[in-house]
Amino acid sequence: MSEQAVVSLRNVTKSFGAGGVTELQSIDLDVRPGEFVSLIGPSGCGKSTLLRVVGDLVEPSSGEVIVNGKSARQARRDRDYGIVFQDAVLYDWRTVEKNIALPLELLGWDKGRQTERVRELLELVELQGFGSHRPWQLSGGMQQRVSIARALSFAPALLLMDEPFGALDEMTRERLNSELLRIWQASGSTVIFVTHSISEAVFLSTRTVVMSRRPGRIAAIVDVDLAQPRNADTREEPRFFELVTEVRDRLREGGLDEESTAPGEGELVVSEETP
Amino acid sequence: MRSRLRRAAREWLPAALVFVAGIAIWEGAVRGFGIENFLLPAPWDIIGTLVDDWGELSSAAFFTFREALAGFVIGCSAGFLVAAAIARFRLLRTAIMPYAIAAGAIPIIAFAPITNNWFGVTGMSSKIAIAAILCFFPMLVNTMKGLTSVPASSIELMRSYAASELTIFRRVRVPTSLPYVFAGLKVGTVLAMIGAIVGDYFGGSPGALGVEIRRWVGIFAFDQAWAGIVLASALGIVFYGSVAVAERLAMGWHPSVRGARPE
Repeated sequence: MSEQAVVSLRNVTKSFGAGGVTELQSIDLDVRPGEFVSLIGPSGCGKSTLLRVVGDLVEPSSGEVIVNGKSARQARRDRDYGIVFQDAVLYDWRTVEKNIALPLELLGWDKGRQTERVRELLELVELQGFGSHRPWQLSGGMQQRVSIARALSFAPALLLMDEPFGALDEMTRERLNSELLRIWQASGSTVIFVTHSISEAVFLSTRTVVMSRRPGRIAAIVDVDLAQPRNADTREEPRFFELVTEVRDRLREGGLDEESTAPGEGELVVSEETP
Repeated sequence: MRSRLRRAAREWLPAALVFVAGIAIWEGAVRGFGIENFLLPAPWDIIGTLVDDWGELSSAAFFTFREALAGFVIGCSAGFLVAAAIARFRLLRTAIMPYAIAAGAIPIIAFAPITNNWFGVTGMSSKIAIAAILCFFPMLVNTMKGLTSVPASSIELMRSYAASELTIFRRVRVPTSLPYVFAGLKVGTVLAMIGAIVGDYFGGSPGALGVEIRRWVGIFAFDQAWAGIVLASALGIVFYGSVAVAERLAMGWHPSVRGARPE
């Protein structure tokens, strides 16, 4: 199975300093092509670190990370993945178009091809007419859509997303969730998605990986068997609530503090992580 | 177009009125209280001297301005380059930065008589040196702050594209640091003028503004001395203003320049 996995983690451990804090412990995970995998867990469980290990932005202390059948380092050098952060990370000195085209410039695409691709992407994230705006002229949700367009620009097989909608209000978040699913299905790429929100994890993913409190371990993997394509009605289905409950129970077993689990209407924000 | 003119007038009029009123009060006070010329000449006399002795005054002012400009270019370039090197190598940073920051407290002007010994009294180079040293440290500290204040995620994004350190420097660090770099440059314009003129005071080529101001004061030509000071101030303001204009041109994208609400 690991031959065809897009991402394959074997016994990955990450600790800081000599004999310091262990952030990730013995992580084993395979992500198959076309999957949408969410990582969920309490603050400080290392889910963002795990994402960065996959992207070769953080080096694991031990263990093996294989991305697209090669080492994580080689995969990064080959630009095998696109990444989206909690902040949109747009450069103010570039227009929206130029921000989206940034990876294409670095890849040496010619101007004509860049322009054509950027036009397609603006359409995909429904920002036609905003190409020549500056990032700070857009709302938070629009900025995040630009950031997603940029990550998709060079059509990477793998998309890494680190709480991309964490800073947005509930309404915007739900709308962008649906948009992201549409984009995911259109592009056929594989997604690893870090989130604090149980309902977001269940709504989006094909599998939800529940992580335990530090040192971060995989406490459980919940298969999300909701039918595709999903839409606003999906959030009303009994099966949706069953899965939300299941993920919540797994989180509790993972050693989550009781006081930070204040269940709302099918929604549980574990806690705010300081960026 | 008309409303733009009106808005500009509303913006500038109060300051212009204060300027005119200030000059009028000055003129009135000098005439009314019979203030001695060596204490404070009347503005009208200074203007008259500026017109009459324009040739001598302007050539002296431009001589010293050239000293300031050369010192500014050398000091700011060196400050930027050293900051770039320090920003890149952590060991250099920890070794050098404390001293660079401490050097900001040194009254470098006090070295002016000594740079004369190093680079010669009569030439431009000793004044250029003092102006350059004055510009160097604020430029270094500001640029350094700018180059290292890049958000970690901005760097991570570039690394995810396997961008080289040089690419990250050019495409992320330099644009991010521009507001700081321009702050350093603006401080530099003022310091370079001070450095060049004060450098002249400790001896310099005949025809340099600082030398001339001292000479005029020595022979009780206070109108000339004041005209020289006014000209030096005007050049300083123009110098500062050109850097401010360059900043607006280089950072037209920046929210602060566009007057947008900060995030």
